[in-house]
Amino acid sequence: MFVRKLVLAGVMTVLAGASAMACGINARVSIVGNEFPAIQSVGAGAQECKGAEVTTNLTADHQKINVPGMQGNPAEYTSAIIANSSIVALMNEDVIRPLDELVAKHGKHLKKNQLVTIDGKVMAVAFMANAQHLVYRADVLKQIGVEPPKTYEDMLTAAKMIRDKGIMPNPVGGAYKAGWNLAQEFNNMFLGMGGNHFKSGSARPNVNTEAGVKALNMMKSLSEYMNPDFLTHDSNATNAEFRAGNVAIMNMWGSRAATLVTADGVPQAVVDGFAIAGPMTAGGGSTPASTLWWDGWTVAKNISDAEAEATFIAMTHAIRPEILADNDVATQAVWLIDGYKPTPAAVGVFAAAEANTIPYPMLPYMGLLHTALGNELADFMQGKESAEQALADVEAAYVAAAKEKGFL
Amino acid sequence: MLLFIAMPIVSVIVQSMFTPHEAVFLTVETCTPFKCTEETTIDQEATAALRAEQPLGRFVGLDIYLDRGHLAISEVGEAWATSQSWSEFLASLVNLPFYRAMSFTLVFIFTVTPIVIVIGLLIALAVNSIYASLRGVVIFFSLLPFVITPLIGALVLYWMIDSRGILGNLLQWMAGDPSLSLKASTGLMWVSLIVYGIWHAAPFAFVIFYAGLQTLPKDQMEAAQIDGASRIQRVRYVILPHLMPLVTFVTLIQLMDNFRVFEPIIGFNAEAHATSLSWAIFNDLGGETRQLSSAATTSVITIIGVAILLTPVLIRTWRDFREKV
Repeated sequence: MFVRKLVLAGVMTVLAGASAMACGINARVSIVGNEFPAIQSVGAGAQECKGAEVTTNLTADHQKINVPGMQGNPAEYTSAIIANSSIVALMNEDVIRPLDELVAKHGKHLKKNQLVTIDGKVMAVAFMANAQHLVYRADVLKQIGVEPPKTYEDMLTAAKMIRDKGIMPNPVGGAYKAGWNLAQEFNNMFLGMGGNHFKSGSARPNVNTEAGVKALNMMKSLSEYMNPDFLTHDSNATNAEFRAGNVAIMNMWGSRAATLVTADGVPQAVVDGFAIAGPMTAGGGSTPASTLWWDGWTVAKNISDAEAEATFIAMTHAIRPEILADNDVATQAVWLIDGYKPTPAAVGVFAAAEANTIPYPMLPYMGLLHTALGNELADFMQGKESAEQALADVEAAYVAAAKEKGFL
Repeated sequence: MLLFIAMPIVSVIVQSMFTPHEAVFLTVETCTPFKCTEETTIDQEATAALRAEQPLGRFVGLDIYLDRGHLAISEVGEAWATSQSWSEFLASLVNLPFYRAMSFTLVFIFTVTPIVIVIGLLIALAVNSIYASLRGVVIFFSLLPFVITPLIGALVLYWMIDSRGILGNLLQWMAGDPSLSLKASTGLMWVSLIVYGIWHAAPFAFVIFYAGLQTLPKDQMEAAQIDGASRIQRVRYVILPHLMPLVTFVTLIQLMDNFRVFEPIIGFNAEAHATSLSWAIFNDLGGETRQLSSAATTSVITIIGVAILLTPVLIRTWRDFREKV
């Protein structure tokens, strides 16, 4: 009897110790965000919190619903997981709150570079970095006897050799789906060619330039080595092509590269040949033709202080250093969390950061230019109009939208 | 009526005439995990003050209707003035988003609608003449394309016509061209969308016509048979006149539905080749920066477009009605 009591006491002590480590909240938490593996881990981490309801809505359409879901008072979502592109929409509509007081109270283990500050106020807590970089088939490149390409020009040469040797008819992959993806590939190439999206210090567009034309021509040359359906291929479809062994070289997101060949049914040759390298440069430039990204979370403005505190506690719990002990979680992303050690899957993103890749612009009007690029560049890629005409269309479409939104 | 139809329309019209205030910019230090830079951001206090003063935003009248994203009056005028030929003018016209959307939408409406009516009628006549015991099964399977959620139906066809899909591969084999791709060619993509449109809507026309055939008086048919009318003559002079009000009804519904063509464009990832007004609204609301005024304007234009399309049919119906009275 005594022994049993002792054991029980021991168990109780352990439980009490565990619950001190665990996360307790006393107000509702509701999270909206994108749906790739790392973000799913963060959402699941927040749901470990006890004491009040924690709901998540993780979807690729998060940016269509986060602003409307946070504009009401009280807001539906108490936290939005965003990236450097999508925080702008939340800032523009003034739906997220400064976190300085909460960081001081509950955010001791957050590193300083995780805190995204705008005008001296912490507006978001970043937890991972991301970039697009080269993913290739080492076995195929060995077969044609070339090194992994460092520039897009090398990539074209390698693509030609692979096609000429009859190894693959369309060896280049790319998320060139008309819309957001195509525009993002243009952004990469345009920055790599030394372009600036806007005339300095203003919202006036600056893409119809020599850099813009060079970027488009390079994209056109690449597309000639892609599956003819490239304008319908997003990241998922491009990855499927790589997994099926139809693609040997492509520019792919770091957050997706880590889990690229872990899917069921990937041929062994693809699994063995799969390799990652840093982003490529273009047109003789030294800046990589890529963009740097961070993903982080925010706290809504239109909620009670108790809900904001509960949200902050749950979200910091979800990105505490201990989550890295799980090897699956550690390889899902390039975490900015304290104690993260780079895995082999992270070399591409690290190389991007070391090569001074330009971060995706956090400007109030960048979203409109991105949309205009996505709508207007497809005509050029199909050979229906000249690069100059396509870029003139982009600028005209952007100007109309920017005037409507009061940016010009 | 007032709550569910009039009020939303008024709200959309109001929204299309107001736009957000002029943005007040601030340059502030922004620190991200990578570095600290001077970046432009929006001055929230100044913007809040502007909003409190005029909650609806700036009144711009018809400016949004006339801008490049919609009717593009000045761009069309310029294209008219600088073009040497009709084809050059039309090329610059379909380069503008609104006219690009309209060019596909109109082709879609005026091919899908008549073909749907003809095919629907043929299926109805065929089903009506088979054994009664088989009808249930045949009707069920004929209805399936209409029962399937449009987006799912479009996705199923999309994967089948992929260059690695069953239909795409078959076409490559039949044409003897391994690089043939339905998705890479605007013309073939339009054909695919139109085929989808017909596939999806034909069962609807069929069900309506089949119901109409059940009300056909037997004695009329018998009289026509006794008079020696052939099968085709019976269809032409007895069945069709009887079904005419239903043909009008199906035409009305189809004109409206096809003008708002949306799901196949999304399902087929066809935005590089074909757009529609509904797709433009979706695109305005789906960007990282939402363009509410632009979406509202396109909505109003859609309502006007549907009204214009329906006018001839409605006038005809009204005349028939007056004659009968």
